[in-house]
Amino acid sequence: MSQSPTHAQRSDLFLLDAERTTWHDETLWFVREKRDRAVYATPEFQELRQLASDIKDHTLSQLSEYLAQFEAAALANGVRVHWAADAAEHNRIVLGIVRQAGATRVVKSKSMLTEECHLNPHLLAHGVEVIDSDLGERIIQLRDEAPSHVVLPAIHLKKEDVGETFWQHLGTEKGLTDPQQLTEAARQHLREKFLAAEVAISGVNFAVAETGAVVVCTNEGNADLAIGLARVHIACMGLEKLIPRLSDLAVFTRLLTRSATGQPITTYTSHFTRPAEGKEMHVVIVDNGRSQQLGRPDFRASLKCIRCGACMNTCPVYRRSGGHSYDFTIPGPIGAILSPNIDMKQHASLPFASTLCGSCTAVCPVKIDIHTQLYKWRQVLAAEGHIPASKQYSMQLLSRVLARPSLFKAGGAVARLGLRFVPHALTHAPGYNPWAIARELPTPPRQSFRDWYAQQGPTNAPA
Amino acid sequence: MKVALFVPCYVDQFYPQVAVASLQLLAKLGVRADFPKQQTCCGQPMANSGCEQEARPVYRHFVETFADYDYVVGPAGSCVYHVRQHFDVIDQTPAVRHVRTATVELFDFITQVLGVTELPGAFPHKVGLHLSCHGQRGLHQANASEMTPVRDGQLRRLLAGLEGLELTELDRNDECCGFGGTFCVSEAGISARMGQDRVADHVRHGTRVLTGGDMSCLMHLEGIVRRQKLPVRVLHAAEIFNGALA
Repeated sequence: MSQSPTHAQRSDLFLLDAERTTWHDETLWFVREKRDRAVYATPEFQELRQLASDIKDHTLSQLSEYLAQFEAAALANGVRVHWAADAAEHNRIVLGIVRQAGATRVVKSKSMLTEECHLNPHLLAHGVEVIDSDLGERIIQLRDEAPSHVVLPAIHLKKEDVGETFWQHLGTEKGLTDPQQLTEAARQHLREKFLAAEVAISGVNFAVAETGAVVVCTNEGNADLAIGLARVHIACMGLEKLIPRLSDLAVFTRLLTRSATGQPITTYTSHFTRPAEGKEMHVVIVDNGRSQQLGRPDFRASLKCIRCGACMNTCPVYRRSGGHSYDFTIPGPIGAILSPNIDMKQHASLPFASTLCGSCTAVCPVKIDIHTQLYKWRQVLAAEGHIPASKQYSMQLLSRVLARPSLFKAGGAVARLGLRFVPHALTHAPGYNPWAIARELPTPPRQSFRDWYAQQGPTNAPA
Repeated sequence: MKVALFVPCYVDQFYPQVAVASLQLLAKLGVRADFPKQQTCCGQPMANSGCEQEARPVYRHFVETFADYDYVVGPAGSCVYHVRQHFDVIDQTPAVRHVRTATVELFDFITQVLGVTELPGAFPHKVGLHLSCHGQRGLHQANASEMTPVRDGQLRRLLAGLEGLELTELDRNDECCGFGGTFCVSEAGISARMGQDRVADHVRHGTRVLTGGDMSCLMHLEGIVRRQKLPVRVLHAAEIFNGALA
């Protein structure tokens, strides 16, 4: 078992503040309800999900062809295309482009990929100032924290927390909590950074193989402003972001924001096809474990993810444990099926951070069988020795009992007897019985059903 | 029609009255169900923990126990779902394939196999229905809020048909209770918090009797109700219908 804390241990820290847990749960449930209203108002929503799922399945089934098609089209548009096998290579490539441009000031719009690759620390360590321009990302960058959600990176913070952060870093008035004023302070601060930046880095929501264009969806317009002003644009994408044709895009834009926040579409859906006159445009295509996941038949479908965050908003565990309890760039149910591919030992507890209720699968706009994959990862992790030895041993023991009716009958009788006569303080002892932290054990009956049945004989049917 | 009653391990040991009610309810509907006494468990606790390998002998034992029955009826959506969905990892012999499709949840059996869509009787109480995730999303026994605002399902209809019964309308109709099998101890903190939130939703809207089709969720919720000493009775739906049906 891994040395790093488990999801349960990190969750227990989050749960210590019961009021904040309530607030976090209700905030994300509110987003889930907005999503529901948008879905109910779109009668063809389930057809769109199927279509999106089919398009992604198809694309993944011949990804190498689509990647080659995309590269050729992008090169023909005058875009420079780079390939990175892993995070380190991605970071080297991006730093190389920045240096070649003679730049030291970079603004970056929202990109989970660059978070995954830990690009910011790499650039900062090499003397490049990098400023996150998405409001949520900027807030957590000032606080030196990781995003806790893929769409709402600072959702773990209250407006009071943001006021405190801005007071410390941006010189706003102490105790300021008005969202409008806080946002205005961030705008003023970011405006200077936008104007001074020489390089703009963006993520990619969709890459169109047919046209070689990348599509970036934002609500703040920060990507557009940065890319419009800077001389160099670097778009960083995971290799699963491809869709075959421009006409496929509408299916995804209709699903993405309805699923994410309940909006019909993002405020800005920007297509970047070729560099403007006198400017440079680069696309960095990153593998970083994706082709390995593509090679796992049970888990391949996780690469269909369009990062809408709906599985996080709906997950009753995520809402009560917070994104940081997952210890992986992508938190929540989707993160729990992506992370073991990267490091089974470190993330061994994540597929167990679910009741397998299936709500994640039911909201997923591209129909990833998330809860089935959670179940399957559990089997892989146990087989590879990444579950606690005590658990494995007790399950082996249980199996022996349950395959033998006489042992089961005897074992049950002993357990019920024990529960009847051992004092409550012992059966419910803190530290020994995790059930009892908030729950009473069932009152053990004198007779099991099988004992009752043996006495009664079968109940006679009237007919 | 040869029918077996499948009594989940924890029901056998801790909630015999639920199995008794299921047996009697079936009898009142004209079905004499056997209880093959060599039965133990569906193996879900092991598989849920990642130990599907260890569960295989238990799966085979389950199939041997029930292979000769036309229907295997269980008062627990989660266990039934497990048999139907996850017994795919053992050799798919004719017996295995038969048992996987013959195993049905009690209220699926009553409404779909027997075709009984109304049960007579009175139960003049304010009743809160807890939807089991495996029953709802796994066995499709009820509408899901992810898909539609319409709250509907067979158990809801059956309950609403009882004289004097008033159903509680919850803020969150189908949020998981947090039991989750071994999750309830391996992630005890989150599990407890989820259960407390579910119970609070019921209490807030006046539930006096908390029911459902899955005793595992109800065991967890009952544990919370009793710890908090709340004025809520927890009953499996089979107990309600068996009591109401003379």
